Amino acid sequence: MTQSRRCQTAVVLVLGCVLGSMPLMGQEHDALGDRQHSITDRRVEWPTWSQWKRVFLLQDYNTRVVVFGTTLLGMAGGLVGSFALLRKRALMGDALSHATLPGIGLAFIFATYCGMDGKSLPVLLSGAAVSGVLGVAVILGIRNMTRLKEDAALGIVLSVFFGIGVGILGVVQQMKTGHAAGLEGFVYGKTASMRSYDAWLIGGTGFVCMLISVAFFKELKLICFDETFAGSRGYPVLMLDMLLMALVVVVTIIGLQAVGLILMIALLVIPAAAARFWTENMQRLAVYSSVLGAICCLVGSSFSAIFPRLPSGAMIVLTSAVFFMISMILGSRRGVLVRVLRRRQLNRAIDREHLLRGIYELLEIQRDPSGTDNYQIPVSHSNLLAMRSWSSSQLGWRIRQAEREGLVQEIGGRELRLTPKGFREAARLVHQHRLWEMYLLEYAEIAPSKVDRQADAIEHVLDSDVIAELETLLLQRQNVEGVPVSPHRIGVASESGSSATSREVEM
Amino acid sequence: MNPSQLVRRQVVRSMTASSTLCENNSPQDTPLSVYDLTVAYHRKPVIWDIGIEIPRGQLVGVVGPNGAGKSTLLKAVMGLIPVASGRVQVFGETYRRNQHRVGYVPQRESVDWDFPVNALDVVTMGLYRRVGWCFPVRRKHREIAMDALRRVGIGDLAHQQISQLSGGQQQRTFLARALVQDADLYLMDEPFAAVDAATETAIVELLREMKKAGKTAVVIHHDLQTVSQYFDYVILLNMRVIAAGPTADVFTEENLRKTYGGRLTLLEEATEAM
Repeated sequence: MTQSRRCQTAVVLVLGCVLGSMPLMGQEHDALGDRQHSITDRRVEWPTWSQWKRVFLLQDYNTRVVVFGTTLLGMAGGLVGSFALLRKRALMGDALSHATLPGIGLAFIFATYCGMDGKSLPVLLSGAAVSGVLGVAVILGIRNMTRLKEDAALGIVLSVFFGIGVGILGVVQQMKTGHAAGLEGFVYGKTASMRSYDAWLIGGTGFVCMLISVAFFKELKLICFDETFAGSRGYPVLMLDMLLMALVVVVTIIGLQAVGLILMIALLVIPAAAARFWTENMQRLAVYSSVLGAICCLVGSSFSAIFPRLPSGAMIVLTSAVFFMISMILGSRRGVLVRVLRRRQLNRAIDREHLLRGIYELLEIQRDPSGTDNYQIPVSHSNLLAMRSWSSSQLGWRIRQAEREGLVQEIGGRELRLTPKGFREAARLVHQHRLWEMYLLEYAEIAPSKVDRQADAIEHVLDSDVIAELETLLLQRQNVEGVPVSPHRIGVASESGSSATSREVEM
Repeated sequence: MNPSQLVRRQVVRSMTASSTLCENNSPQDTPLSVYDLTVAYHRKPVIWDIGIEIPRGQLVGVVGPNGAGKSTLLKAVMGLIPVASGRVQVFGETYRRNQHRVGYVPQRESVDWDFPVNALDVVTMGLYRRVGWCFPVRRKHREIAMDALRRVGIGDLAHQQISQLSGGQQQRTFLARALVQDADLYLMDEPFAAVDAATETAIVELLREMKKAGKTAVVIHHDLQTVSQYFDYVILLNMRVIAAGPTADVFTEENLRKTYGGRLTLLEEATEAM
């Protein structure tokens, strides 16, 4: 429960970043200068049919490689993200990605002065990795050496490093040497300008990350669930933690170009959070999360190829946001809709059962001592209201509900009686209710999780020998403790309809 | 009290490194010996010069007020937290060497029960070392885990997601996870905390079964009323070892007063129990 709420918070944060970055794109105009393919140039031209075809049929070698590379990146992000989310380290990824910006700028300056290609991806990413790891180290340092909590440390490092990075990028723009255009692609993500060599590098590294995660799946799962126990079993918890952190770092770094450092956290959090709505199983969570991550990146980078001026990071995030929304609402395990439906269904079943049981128990009390069948004796509303904590309008609503099912008949608006069908149902429910009660008494230690009031019949949940035992106990208790005996042999529920209706009632 | 027990108590009290000379017990036979163990958080000592020798085949209760360092002691024994000084021996060796002979049951609240695993998965975690690094869990492991779940009486809940289990069932799952290891020494951190009566009985049964099989269990316990009923041997802890020895000798009002200080309500309860 807390976890899904945490996921939702993280996702809201990410979406906030997306919206928040929109106006930022405008301000960037001055800082980064005017360029042909500037991120601020938002004139979107509708692509022609042949452009659509080129992208979606992957006719272009470069597009093909880029789309494939980012898809692998998405898979790795989803897989590593599911561990990070369960280990509650997802926001660390966010601080890390923001802390990479100074490294990117410095690496560019350094490489340019050394006469290398300043925009070579491996160079920039190495710089990013160094400053990202430094950022994480500073967070851990602040946390361990002061009394500040981790969230404060995260906030400080994230904003300060990002601020330094923006400053350095400003300096880079002023430089006479080197052509700095494109560096801002790391902020918002840009796949359109990616070269096939870069895409190979990104995809290949992502694939290696996936292999490592799969190889250490069991161990990572163990430290995510219970690190104390892992430690007691002699696992090097610190090393495994470092391994997980390293995976987060690597995935974040290789995702910088495709998703951008502001939105990189989305690729770690959203697929895993969305997948959580569909499953209660760690393996499946990992698979769903990687598939979702892959789809998001596939769609995002394809769109980026069609609309080269749109930042691919936003595309990727928006695609994953759509999947998240769908999962949150429709998710088969924890989705909102499933929960609401389940609750409504349960409430309705409980109300129906309460009504029928109420009538039945009133009949038991009023029972003719001669023991004749009397299921058609009318029961007054006021008696029922006295038994249940319902208002009269609630009762009326429940009666109409039952009437529609043909279980009761209203007589004159103040009384009602059971129909033959209603009587059979009531007898069955009362019997079942008493068996469940007996079960709770007799099997106290395992019962609470087994009692399933929504199950149509107790037989579907419990073994037949357990039921037989309960039936015997029920009969014994009735004789010994004077529990009101039912007007009929309890087995009436299983008898055919005709025998029950044939019982005529003198009233 | 027989003379040998007297000797042992003396040894425990003197807490010197030479206390290994526990009568007729070779070090390999002593499940757990702790010498001069001190643990500090932020310069504040949590446990202080702890010296204990736990005899084999006994159910040992560790009792003390909140913050007395009971959990810290267990964690320090397993090397999970850094110790300021001291030495721990498990069956005459370091913990790392003999960790396969020790089963640990952590506090139930120490994990997130909303984690996407089922009861069977949790129990198989106890076998991960046996499965081996990077190898997948195989059917025979799942069968061992299944047997352990049946032993603690929740075999039919194996495939329930763990958040749907009740507190008692979650505790049993943790017990089953320790059972699959088939260890010789069990360290349990408050297994009786917030469990239903049926689970409590089941755990006690299990402890007695273990004892019969010659295993040793060190159990952190908070309910003074049941101490003398459940445990053969008691360690009274409040930063230091106040007293340690057979329950009948050590679990006295005087010792409890030393352990709990002014917290009289607890004491009265305990006195009633005795």
